[in-house]
Amino acid sequence: MKESTIGKKENAAKKRFQLANLQRILALGAVVILYIFFSLFGTNFSSTTTLINILDSTYYIGFMALGVTFVIISGGIDLSIGTNMMCSALIGGYLYSVCHVPMGVSLAIIVVIATLFGLLNGFLISELKLPPFIATLGVMMVTQGFGAIITKVQTQHFPSNFDVNGWYKSVFYKTQGGFPTGAIYTGLFFLLALFVLNKTRFGRYIYAIGSNEEAVRLSGIDVAKWKTLTYTICGFFSGLSAIVYAATYTTVIPGTGNGLELKAIAAAIIGGTSLTGGIGTMFGTMIGAFLMSILNNGLMSMGFQAQYQLFFTGIVIVLAVLLDIYRSKKFLKD
Amino acid sequence: MSANTSSDNSIVLQMIDVDKHFAGVNALKKCCLNLKKGEIHGLIGENGAGKSTLAKTLAGIYQPDSGRIIFNGADIQFKSPKEAQKTGISSVHQDFKLMNHLTAAQNIFIGRESKGFVLNDNTINQETQKLFDYLKIPIYPTDKVGSLTLSKQQMIEIAKALSFVFSVLILDEPSTSLTEPEIAKLFNVIRGLKEKGIAILYISHRMEEIMEFTDRITVMRDGEIITTLNTKDTNTNEIVNAMIGHTIYEEPKAHSNIALDAPVVLEVKNLVSKDVKNVSFQLHKGEIVGFAGLIGAGRTETARLIIGADPITGGEIYRNSKLVHIKSPVDAVKAGIGYLSEDKIRLGLAAVLPVTDNVVLADLEHFSKFGVVDDKKVKAVTSEYVDKLSIKTLSINQLVRNLSGGNQQKVIIARWLVKNSDILIFDEPTKGIDVGAKEEIYKLMNKLVAAGKSIIMISSELQEILRMSDRIYCMYEGKITASVDIQEASQELIMKYITTRN
Repeated sequence: MKESTIGKKENAAKKRFQLANLQRILALGAVVILYIFFSLFGTNFSSTTTLINILDSTYYIGFMALGVTFVIISGGIDLSIGTNMMCSALIGGYLYSVCHVPMGVSLAIIVVIATLFGLLNGFLISELKLPPFIATLGVMMVTQGFGAIITKVQTQHFPSNFDVNGWYKSVFYKTQGGFPTGAIYTGLFFLLALFVLNKTRFGRYIYAIGSNEEAVRLSGIDVAKWKTLTYTICGFFSGLSAIVYAATYTTVIPGTGNGLELKAIAAAIIGGTSLTGGIGTMFGTMIGAFLMSILNNGLMSMGFQAQYQLFFTGIVIVLAVLLDIYRSKKFLKD
Repeated sequence: MSANTSSDNSIVLQMIDVDKHFAGVNALKKCCLNLKKGEIHGLIGENGAGKSTLAKTLAGIYQPDSGRIIFNGADIQFKSPKEAQKTGISSVHQDFKLMNHLTAAQNIFIGRESKGFVLNDNTINQETQKLFDYLKIPIYPTDKVGSLTLSKQQMIEIAKALSFVFSVLILDEPSTSLTEPEIAKLFNVIRGLKEKGIAILYISHRMEEIMEFTDRITVMRDGEIITTLNTKDTNTNEIVNAMIGHTIYEEPKAHSNIALDAPVVLEVKNLVSKDVKNVSFQLHKGEIVGFAGLIGAGRTETARLIIGADPITGGEIYRNSKLVHIKSPVDAVKAGIGYLSEDKIRLGLAAVLPVTDNVVLADLEHFSKFGVVDDKKVKAVTSEYVDKLSIKTLSINQLVRNLSGGNQQKVIIARWLVKNSDILIFDEPTKGIDVGAKEEIYKLMNKLVAAGKSIIMISSELQEILRMSDRIYCMYEGKITASVDIQEASQELIMKYITTRN
């Protein structure tokens, strides 16, 4: 008798779990369906080259999206990730090409700079109590300007494949033979993000802070400390993104990066992360990033230009959020 | 005495066999009810009995699945609350929502502003002032609602209901967040309306109120109307029995069991802040100290100082006779003090997270090694406390927003037990909790002090104060006006101290 009620309880819990995962499953389904669709109707879409192209264009948005997922789950937002990424890449390129800093050190400094800007965001938000939107909007402009100031508005060039220092391309982007090492680089940090969010005290706290910050504070937890860490980690991921961006495109242009943060945020939202905080997964974010890449590459293979990609990406975001609302309603009713 | 006698022409509003379902739950089951001109009709029942659903069905917020609603002899089907208002049914609901950034007058007349393109608030301000004068409440029509206390907001909501032309008034738990003098004023107003021939449906879970001033009482349980009684022919026991099916006894505590030489675990000396004036008190080991007072007397504010949630301007806090500096909740929790807020959803729980995360929240560092959470331990400990406190939940992975108020309260209690806090501050521990769950919370509190914990209990219910406390501090306008031993305490005495300056 007792065992049967326990079984019942577990079933009910499972049902809830499934409902909670509905959006991620649907997003995954959408990825598969879109892939099949474009394979049927696009030109050369089902080739390995296209698949690798899809992967390639996922990396740098993917990293930023992973970072910003932490922030959004904690109930905040980070608008500075795109320009922070570009700023640190610019400075890295400047150090390498103008100051002749060794490649490896330049790359390390890229991550350090981006992380420091993340820390600055955290400080402004946690200690000075600025609203995240305002603080990161400020840092967005500051990083965009800072990168241009340091590089004296010169486009920065990273070494190409044939250069002595071209090794970093094979490590973070693609081998000479065309093997997508960037997928491994991204995959490893995806696993790290997954672990940090689900298995660590930090991860548990940011879910709790996003769900009810005051309750967490009254429980005797140093909310400011954990929030600062959240933005710092987000900055760190922008740095990782900057490395893969440099490895992919080689040239970095001052004054760009604006708008990339919204793509990363969009990936998180498509993947089911709630802008009100407390809800979201790394898996969902990764799927969201892939979905956007497939959409872009697929539309391109069908001959549609960038404006159409934007148009459809916008529709996908709206649909994803509608689905989220529908899901939480259904969830509540259950 | 059947609810079906519709021949009586003093009946204004009648419900016949009304059924209402929500996602498979039968919230109203063949409900029959009638309201007469000039009567105050009490509706009582435990939380979840269907009182609010019934009120909302009459007010046009919900539409019945089947059954009839008859108003002045004619069948009616409201599609919206606005239709009900036009017909003459005005209502105040429990989960009312005001717009914090608008003024009191703008809130009351929302959707009924003066005509024309440019708004002029003069007319509505005057109308609102008349309503406030009538209700005798000290609010200016131009006050921003967000800057007012919860009790004043409640009064604004009531004023809004009175601003319509109506013959039926439905009040769903209007007194929950009101202070005693405000309740008295409200009763006078309601009695005045009764004189004018208005039919009033008064929903409450406060027995004294229902017994004090209703003409008839209807008891609901599990979506059914159990009985309707004439108030003068019945008594509390009969109604409580109808509500829950078994009798409960609420006797005040006769005397304190705390030894005179029990160690003082917490001492507060001359605590000062914006809202707290020179508060000093002691808490002994194993003791329940009650803080009585009206809403706004500075009790919650005092608690928030002790837990470091608000800045202290002056005064000292001693823990086990040692001076402690509490600058943030982090320090308070380290000193073994846990706070259970009256506003559980807003200040206590991470509602979209499961029971597990909420239970271990304050003590997560002891559930992790090198920052990695030991989920097995989390689950084991959560299960242990779910059993110990008999928290009713489908599973430990259930989101806490799906639990009832009583069980949510237990989740927070579990959190502080897991943290092993020696001092627990319960702020309105049974607010919004039904009678059965209340009993369980009381028993739990007694168990906790028996196990050596000490409790500070802030409560606006005098019965609760008298039943649970070993000693009572009375507060008024930010000051402690008296410290009363339970042996000498009575409702009258406490009432005197919490309503007068010393």
